[in-house]
Amino acid sequence: MMDFGDTPEEAAFRAEARAFLDAHMKLKAKGAHVSRAMTPDDVAASKAWQRLKAENGFAGILWPKAYGGREGTPMQQIIFGQEEDRYAVPTTVFNQGVGMAMPTVMTFGTPEQLARYPRPALFGDEVWCQLFSEPAAGSDLAGLRTRAVRDGDDWVINGQKIWTSYAHFADFGMLVVRTDPNVAKHAGLTFFLIDMKTPGIDIRPIKQISGASNFSEVFFDEVRIPDSQRLGAVGEGWKVALTMLANERFTVGKAEGPDFDDIFALARQTDLGGIRAVDDSAVRERLADWYVKTAGLKYTRLRSQTALSRGKAPGPENSILKLVSAPKLQEIATFGIDLLDMAGTITDPEIAAMHGLFQQALLYAPSKRIAGGTDEILRNIIAERVLGLPADIRADKGLAFNQIPTGAR
Amino acid sequence: MNFDFSEDTGAMREEVRRILRDRFPRGAVRQAVDAGARFDREFWAMLGEMGWLGVAIPERFGGSELGYEALCMIAEEVGAALPPVPFLSTIFAGEALTLFGSEAQRAKWLPRLASGEAIGCLALAGDDAVKLPVVDGDIADIAVVSRSDGLYLVKLEGTAREKIETLDLIRTSVRLTLPAAMERLEGADVPRLLDRLAILVAFEQVGGTQAALDMAVGYAQERYAFGRAIASFQAIKHKLAEIYVALELARSNAYYGAYALEDEADLPVAASAARIAASKAFSLAAQENIQTHGGMGFTWESDCHLYYRRARELALNLGSARYWRDRLIDHLDKAA
Repeated sequence: MMDFGDTPEEAAFRAEARAFLDAHMKLKAKGAHVSRAMTPDDVAASKAWQRLKAENGFAGILWPKAYGGREGTPMQQIIFGQEEDRYAVPTTVFNQGVGMAMPTVMTFGTPEQLARYPRPALFGDEVWCQLFSEPAAGSDLAGLRTRAVRDGDDWVINGQKIWTSYAHFADFGMLVVRTDPNVAKHAGLTFFLIDMKTPGIDIRPIKQISGASNFSEVFFDEVRIPDSQRLGAVGEGWKVALTMLANERFTVGKAEGPDFDDIFALARQTDLGGIRAVDDSAVRERLADWYVKTAGLKYTRLRSQTALSRGKAPGPENSILKLVSAPKLQEIATFGIDLLDMAGTITDPEIAAMHGLFQQALLYAPSKRIAGGTDEILRNIIAERVLGLPADIRADKGLAFNQIPTGAR
Repeated sequence: MNFDFSEDTGAMREEVRRILRDRFPRGAVRQAVDAGARFDREFWAMLGEMGWLGVAIPERFGGSELGYEALCMIAEEVGAALPPVPFLSTIFAGEALTLFGSEAQRAKWLPRLASGEAIGCLALAGDDAVKLPVVDGDIADIAVVSRSDGLYLVKLEGTAREKIETLDLIRTSVRLTLPAAMERLEGADVPRLLDRLAILVAFEQVGGTQAALDMAVGYAQERYAFGRAIASFQAIKHKLAEIYVALELARSNAYYGAYALEDEADLPVAASAARIAASKAFSLAAQENIQTHGGMGFTWESDCHLYYRRARELALNLGSARYWRDRLIDHLDKAA
């Protein structure tokens, strides 16, 4: 029979995690929705929390013991995440370094790199960022143009990266660049670990549609990087990048922001000319749809966790999570605002319903449908990897990178 | 965490699937319909012998008591294969009697329903005098009938029944004029019964969705246009990906429904969500399967219409989407 309980081993780990969290952190206040740019104080708090977790065996649950990890199970990782999510812990700047970058270093790194990088990342001393996307290379990441040219024992880098989180606070970056434009696009890439203090690197914040800046552009002007900072072989950059993106799946959590409970609460408290919005049949149709999707995502996660708990790999059902949750967030934000009628446009958190939760979400929801794979790319992935349909026919197939047709650039 | 069917159910699924595929390869059901032989009596007898009809019926009443997980799994496979047998109708009647029948009613009918010796059906639509449409009412021995004052058990032998045309080609419906002699099912909680049946239907719908998606995926890979398989066009790939998304949302909600059949604390919400998600997924898959097949899908011989028809029938047989949306939101509202 189905049950939602932990196995005895899982229950013991959960108790251990709770005891640790209780000793150091307070539970989240109910309904706390905080969304603001990271300050240096926030980064310091994240570093301190990361160190504490690492010292107590909760930072690198899946990591080898040799690097300070626990060598635990994916289920333990999930359980710690569930428990940590209940507490008011600092916003982390370590997802990319600990969850994505260092596992990739462990796969491809030289002995020197392995001795140098994983431990300081795990213990909160060094922050990593990702330097993949470019203005002309998003979904088609392998079409990136930032160049690296060999010069003695160094490489010289010129170009531009974009959509980098924590670039200002990062000590190192995971950088993929083009080292050979005369071969097919995937074959001419090489991967580097770059010190973000290197001369010639210029970091500029991007102003988003909300007016906030959560990402940066990173410019490279004659930046010299020693060949010893290369991760993987020359021309092997695509393979390294794919390895890192595969690890991303373990770090992407639940999308923050208004969900079914919030829009349901709003519909219960909103008056539509004498009846509550929640009693209006048109509103009910939307609410029912979002409930079913929210519940469907929750139980889909539980199906995957069941596979992990049984020591198996999760099935392909995981691939629907972001494709459902991101558009749902945008729909809920829009509908919440519309329910408020003419007052819905007010963004001032002192005046707006639920402190502007829906208005804020309206302006960041579009990013959720783009970052980490657009809706369109995710549908391609489901079609090709889950349903087994053929790959797209590509206009750039078999061409050297420098022969591929481009637009204005 | 154990939110999936057991290994035993998985092994039994393989067996159930193999039997259904062997008996009803593509086209077999339509050919039977064309020949005017809707009800496959021989296969029905096999189902009884194999114990598929009694998995949720207590052992002391002739069932195997394997449990609802097995029943949900069989319903899913039956929903995919569309065999011409009154499976769901008989399960409906058995569930109503198991829940609300007197000891004597259960002792009399459950063993016969479990063995396939008797066929049951459920009569919800209509008024207190005449019920229609009653699916499988032409071949059923008993009907569980809802009236404004409760549920009744009606023996159909000798009662006035006339066949009526419905969207469903595989199962025949009748207009049933209720006789004077009816046995009341005391204390029957109709909404609870509907919740439980909706979860079983959700599994049928999930099976139908998967089958329609598989048909569309298969055809899109075989069919060439403009020098390439149409499955290589994003317009087709994205359509099929969206069906997969709807299917998995429906499947996950149905799994929670299967859990709620055992632990009823959250039954109304679990059943409503399973019903809404599965109706939506099956409707989408059935209509887009035809669309993916193009003109071929509009032909009788394509079989696409069997799912297209069944999708509507299952979406309505326990009340339309409005009833289930209201049930869902009312319960969430009360709990908030």
